[in-house]
Amino acid sequence: MKVEQISVFLENKSGRIAEVTGILAESGINIRALSLADTSDFGVLRMIVDNNQKAEEALKKQNFTVGKTFVVAVEVEDKPGGLYKILNILHKVSINVEYMYAFVQPNSSNAVMIFRFEKLDEAVRVLQENGVVVIDGDKVYTL
Amino acid sequence: MIFNIEYETMPREALEAIQLRRLQATLNRVYATVPFYQKKFEEAGITPSEIRSLADIQKIPFTTKQDLRDNYPFGMFAVPMDNVVRIHASSGTTGKPTVVGYTARDIGTWSELMARSLSAGGATRGDIIHNAYGYGLFTGGLGVHYGAEKLGASIIPVSGGNTKRQIIIMKDFGPTILTATPSYTLHLAEVAEEMGVSFKDLKFKYGIFGAEPWSESMRQEIENKLKIIAVDIYGLSEVMGPGVAIECHEAKAGLHIYEDHFIPEIINPETGDVLPYGETGELVFTSITKEAFPVIRYRTRDISALNPEPCICGRSHVRMKRVSGRTDDMLIIRGVNVFPSQIESVLMQIDEVEPHYQLVVDRKDNLDTLSVLVEVGEQLFSDEVRNLQNLEKKISKDIKEILGVSAAVKLVEPKTIARSEGKAIRVIDNRKL
Ligand SMILES: [Zn+2]
Repeated sequence: MKVEQISVFLENKSGRIAEVTGILAESGINIRALSLADTSDFGVLRMIVDNNQKAEEALKKQNFTVGKTFVVAVEVEDKPGGLYKILNILHKVSINVEYMYAFVQPNSSNAVMIFRFEKLDEAVRVLQENGVVVIDGDKVYTL
Repeated sequence: MIFNIEYETMPREALEAIQLRRLQATLNRVYATVPFYQKKFEEAGITPSEIRSLADIQKIPFTTKQDLRDNYPFGMFAVPMDNVVRIHASSGTTGKPTVVGYTARDIGTWSELMARSLSAGGATRGDIIHNAYGYGLFTGGLGVHYGAEKLGASIIPVSGGNTKRQIIIMKDFGPTILTATPSYTLHLAEVAEEMGVSFKDLKFKYGIFGAEPWSESMRQEIENKLKIIAVDIYGLSEVMGPGVAIECHEAKAGLHIYEDHFIPEIINPETGDVLPYGETGELVFTSITKEAFPVIRYRTRDISALNPEPCICGRSHVRMKRVSGRTDDMLIIRGVNVFPSQIESVLMQIDEVEPHYQLVVDRKDNLDTLSVLVEVGEQLFSDEVRNLQNLEKKISKDIKEILGVSAAVKLVEPKTIARSEGKAIRVIDNRKL
């Protein structure tokens, strides 16, 4: 159920995100989802791509620090309250969301969101028990 | 084991009598044979005959690295080339290398001091020594080699490099003593692990490490990974090479300087004043038995302090503190002396790998500010901004606690700190003083 996300350390300088996406484009890697968390000095760029190994190699070759983390891709009903419903399920069992961001997926009626939990396995189990669709890792990379 | 009981445990009074006699002989000789020293003495208005006590050494001018460079290559030699049997040179990271020479008797002295050092570090004639110091112009490899032969131990002259072969030799030959630089030792440990070789199954008991600055936390890491006792050895080619001073494995608390061959002093690097025992400053050496390349009050630029307290090992020679930095690097920030190596040990405790960092000093409104840039490698990286912010706070708190100065820590991308010949430039001082 888990999805592997790659993350990159960036200094807060203009053009750095463009550089990362450029390196990935040159290696023929498709970015499926992306989010940037930043402070005034630095940021962390998190991505779901269609080929982690290739992406990691390409970025490391250009001296970027690359990390890997497991996250979960969850279907969110594309209507008011869709996200609230999911967060509410998790809140009731005291599972914290470390961070979340949207997934680009044009051909479906539902939105997909990426979640990072500290208690990943427990979160997946609770969501599934409550009828929320958790998307299989293998499928996410090629959605 | 003490290799030379008579000299290494000699009572202070007898030792000082020998020092004075040898110092006077050395001064007479350099005055007569090295034009550089003759000129320096004359400029200072002194002659060797005026040096009547050890304290009189303070009347003699210092010798600097620049003086050695100005006399490149053989200008400082005190014997004709006929009598020189060996030449070594230190790598010149800036400018010309420093060239040093040895007579047959100098090689004998060096071998004796290295045999003493290896013994102090735990070696006996029954040991097999894996010597991974480089052989060549660098004094490390051959220094250990001759000392091991003098001691009567078995030496494996592996030299540096070809790490996988080194691991195989360690497995097959069963060496019991390792001599190497601390950073190469950690590399050996990594490669051994990759090859599935555990140091638990190897026969090492002691390790003798030096030729570069290292920290107490690195010692712990080496001792844990290699399951050995690790001691610090000190030396520099200008003074002789390795074996000027070494820690005894019994105390591991400061390096005994072989005072029957060298006179150490600690000076204030700004004023040149000699500092009393215990105070931190620049280490200065005078060689008192060398023939080919004597040095008189040579400023090492290494920061240390001297401790005359008796040691549990029985050696009477004074101990120098582990070198904690270089005077070139010393920064005075808001009145506090700061050495980059102190910051390095703070980072090492957090990261456990060699940190890449840079200190940037500025002056704003007459107030010094220190920024510490730290490259974020994989060990330090987290995909959560909060963890990275906590890391910055922790580094800054540790620096404040250990060094007593406030520093703004800034995380930067790998390979962004300017490097010179592969080494990160440690300090950028933007103050206009
Ligand atoms: Zn001792």
